[in-house]
Amino acid sequence: MAFLFGAVFTLILICLLFIIRLYVVVKTGSRYKPGARGPVSVLVVAGSGGHTTEMLRLMESLSAAYSPRHYVIADTDRMSEEKICTFESSKHADSQFSISRVPRSREVHQAWISSALSTLDALRASMPLVYRLRPDVKVSIVFVESVCRVESLSLSGTLLYPLADLFFVQWSSLRDKYPKSIFLGRLV
Amino acid sequence: MKTVFVTVGTTSFDELIGGVTCPEAVQVLKARGYEHLVLQAGRGSILPAADSCPHIRLEAYRFKDSIAEDIKQADLVISHAGAGSCLEALGAGKPLLVVVNDKLMNNHQLEMARQLHMDSHLLYCTCSTLTETLRTMDLSVLQPFVPGQPKKFANFLDKAFGVQ
Repeated sequence: MAFLFGAVFTLILICLLFIIRLYVVVKTGSRYKPGARGPVSVLVVAGSGGHTTEMLRLMESLSAAYSPRHYVIADTDRMSEEKICTFESSKHADSQFSISRVPRSREVHQAWISSALSTLDALRASMPLVYRLRPDVKVSIVFVESVCRVESLSLSGTLLYPLADLFFVQWSSLRDKYPKSIFLGRLV
Repeated sequence: MKTVFVTVGTTSFDELIGGVTCPEAVQVLKARGYEHLVLQAGRGSILPAADSCPHIRLEAYRFKDSIAEDIKQADLVISHAGAGSCLEALGAGKPLLVVVNDKLMNNHQLEMARQLHMDSHLLYCTCSTLTETLRTMDLSVLQPFVPGQPKKFANFLDKAFGVQ
């Protein structure tokens, strides 16, 4: 009985420590200045179609200090890989980048209930990827809401609003609704 | 030769392709001085033949790697409400008429076209009002469009992350 109690207690303690650790990392992320120590490794999660174009316009504006760049795209996305390769070869002479594929968490028009399962599958594939590509212990999350969102956030935006260190919107109507967001005008 | 470029992006939008090539619409375009009609028809089931509109020079294709050249050559762009197509046409400084596909409900892409219309950067209609809009539209009301500024994003990140 004492052993069982000890095991459960240890398990709870480990979970608690993990949560505290996660909280500290997420909370201190925004004060952390990775650029002060040289190049900033970037993990870029590209959408598809027009959203990849938006993302590449943002990447184009970044200096060579943001290197290497690890792109993550959906396994059913055929257009983005070519767009990314074209962009990288035109922008950087000594391109340091990689492209990884994960299962798509939700296709357009996919039902919500099966989306839950496919999202779990995407999560399973993403975990080792983040671990492998992770440049440092402290990670900052930068989210840029798509320019086509004027009145409401996308699903990704809604999920990341409480977590992101920097959350950009491209229309003032969204800035008014989401006080934590950053509005610098239209970016793409 | 004054040219109209019609684009539906990666979607299928037969109602627009059919609407802009119908005799009434072609007649209105001719009356406005447009003599050349280029159609990017996407996945739709209609791909009009070059000789299907006797009174106007017509070209139609499904997809190209880039529609930038067709936009550059155009004097008027007629587009579906897709954000990418709208931004590309406005970025090139072309007068833009967005035709909303009202068969697509809850299409979030409409949000941006509607906002850009409220800011007088583009004209906006549905397939049923297309011919009438082409007849009565006044392109001089359109306001110049300032392209997006990704550099502001880059500067902000540099500062936030201490990049020199």
